[in-house]
Amino acid sequence: MTALATRSSRPDGRRRPRARHAVGGLARMERRWGIGLALPVVVGFVLFTVGPMIASFVISLTDWTIGGKVRWVGFGNYRAMFGSDDLFSKSLGVTLYYTLLAVPLGLAIAFGASLLLNRDVRGRGLFRVLFYLPVLVPSVASAVLWTWVYNPDFGLLNQLLRAAHLPTSQWIYSDTMAIPSLAIMSAWGFGNATVIFLAGLQGVPRHLYEAIDVDGGGAWAKFRYITVPMMTPTIFYNLVMGLIATFQVFNEAYLMTSGGPDNATLFYNYYLWRTAFSDGRLGYASALAWVLFLIVVVATALVFRSARRWVYYETGDGR
Amino acid sequence: MRRPRSGARRFLLYAVLCVCAAATLLPFLWLVRSALMKDGQIFKSPPEWLPSPFAWHNFGGALTAQPFGRYFLNTLTLELAIVPGVLFVGSISAFAFARLRWRGRNTVFAVLLSALMLPYAVTLVPTFIGWQYAGLVGTYVPLSLPAWLGAGQIGSIFLLRQFFLSIPRELDDAAYVDGARPWTVYWRIVLPLSRPALLVVGIFTFIGVWNDFLNPLIYLADAKRYTLSLGLAMFQGSYSAQWGYLMAASTIVILPIIVLFFLAQRHILEGITLTGLKG
Repeated sequence: MTALATRSSRPDGRRRPRARHAVGGLARMERRWGIGLALPVVVGFVLFTVGPMIASFVISLTDWTIGGKVRWVGFGNYRAMFGSDDLFSKSLGVTLYYTLLAVPLGLAIAFGASLLLNRDVRGRGLFRVLFYLPVLVPSVASAVLWTWVYNPDFGLLNQLLRAAHLPTSQWIYSDTMAIPSLAIMSAWGFGNATVIFLAGLQGVPRHLYEAIDVDGGGAWAKFRYITVPMMTPTIFYNLVMGLIATFQVFNEAYLMTSGGPDNATLFYNYYLWRTAFSDGRLGYASALAWVLFLIVVVATALVFRSARRWVYYETGDGR
Repeated sequence: MRRPRSGARRFLLYAVLCVCAAATLLPFLWLVRSALMKDGQIFKSPPEWLPSPFAWHNFGGALTAQPFGRYFLNTLTLELAIVPGVLFVGSISAFAFARLRWRGRNTVFAVLLSALMLPYAVTLVPTFIGWQYAGLVGTYVPLSLPAWLGAGQIGSIFLLRQFFLSIPRELDDAAYVDGARPWTVYWRIVLPLSRPALLVVGIFTFIGVWNDFLNPLIYLADAKRYTLSLGLAMFQGSYSAQWGYLMAASTIVILPIIVLFFLAQRHILEGITLTGLKG
């Protein structure tokens, strides 16, 4: 492939002892190999992301139901979604409500824990490992375990509350407490963000804190004017990861609550899954998927736009 | 790393940390305690924490009620079909994006990276229909083949690319001057220097496959092919009130991952740090 380039002769006419790449030949070789080695991933992206997305849009314009005839309905599915489908708006609301509870709760706990661990703590390694353990629990096992923890009669939480003579709750079996319960459960996995925060905190230059000391500022000033601004990129990263995770919630709804009680935990993905694989309404489910896609695009744009205002980057170019 | 001044503040610091640790560990204790108790003791109120006697029969019962040994082997089979694929395709594409200079590589990478934000639900239905037309629903192909094309693996590629970028470029250039091909640079220079990153990606992929529920749920119909996660979910469906069994089965599913974590703890925590910083 590079025979021409490597055989280029030198001005004095003598060949080099070993084949070497001329500058242009190297660039050409890098380009060929670069494209070649990136090709599988690009093919995968077209096959499993772009293709399905286009297909999804086309299917969303039909009333395709498993076992039935396929009819073209134009934007009928979308009209039905926004016009008459209460479950669609319900599932959007549920997902949004969960996001607003779970993401800040998880971030706050993780940030607090990392601030504590960033002090001169004995056994930091041990705490870090302990905090991380719940992240590893397979989500199905986690769902089974937390169903038992939230069991109104014999579960851990109500048993503890009863022992302390505090009021108990129906937790995931109550339509008002179900989403907060699942948010608490997700906060159990705060350890992942803690590890990332901790690494970020250890990268904050010490001399900045010393500057505050010189100016006579206290712990609050250090936190407010050094720690928080320097940590905004890490906070932003964890925020984005948290948002992605809440858009993916499915297992809890499927395994713990079946979307109930009274559709209180009808997460968008669960509703979509049910529409596609329980009801077999592939056309309508595809329309749901496309609306979700548009929501994610808008949400992503908003989050990244807002980042310009509050995320601090040393280089200033946003990367 | 600042040293709290007074003893009282120091005490408070440890107190809060211990409360956090207790809250983290309590569900685990509840799990193990319930797995080791007879039904009579599980349902006592106020709750008891020490099983007496230790009831190992829950484990035996769970293992005979459903073939978790079989699910374990199925899961390992799937791991073998996926993890090498992710390592291979992840490292060659990361190599292409980090160490080979070609026009448009950053644009292509940015487009791929945008898929990170995409919920799987968006592509779920057409992908399923596609596999159905291919007649492969019910096999492991829909679960493993996409990994060999990097589908859903952008995070791994990103991590490897970050790591590859940190290797001095002079090493490649020296090899090219000696007439090496990119493949040699990849195989002889970049890969051997990237063992820690490859290990992290391997472990994360392993854990991801172990924990996956939705894909096995959609693509596996025959109970003989179930993975551990799917098997546990089905087990919960049929033994919903048998908490001793359920907790024992959950322990069986969780334990291998925890053991793996303790073996590779340092690498895993470093890997999270590596992906999480300096995007």
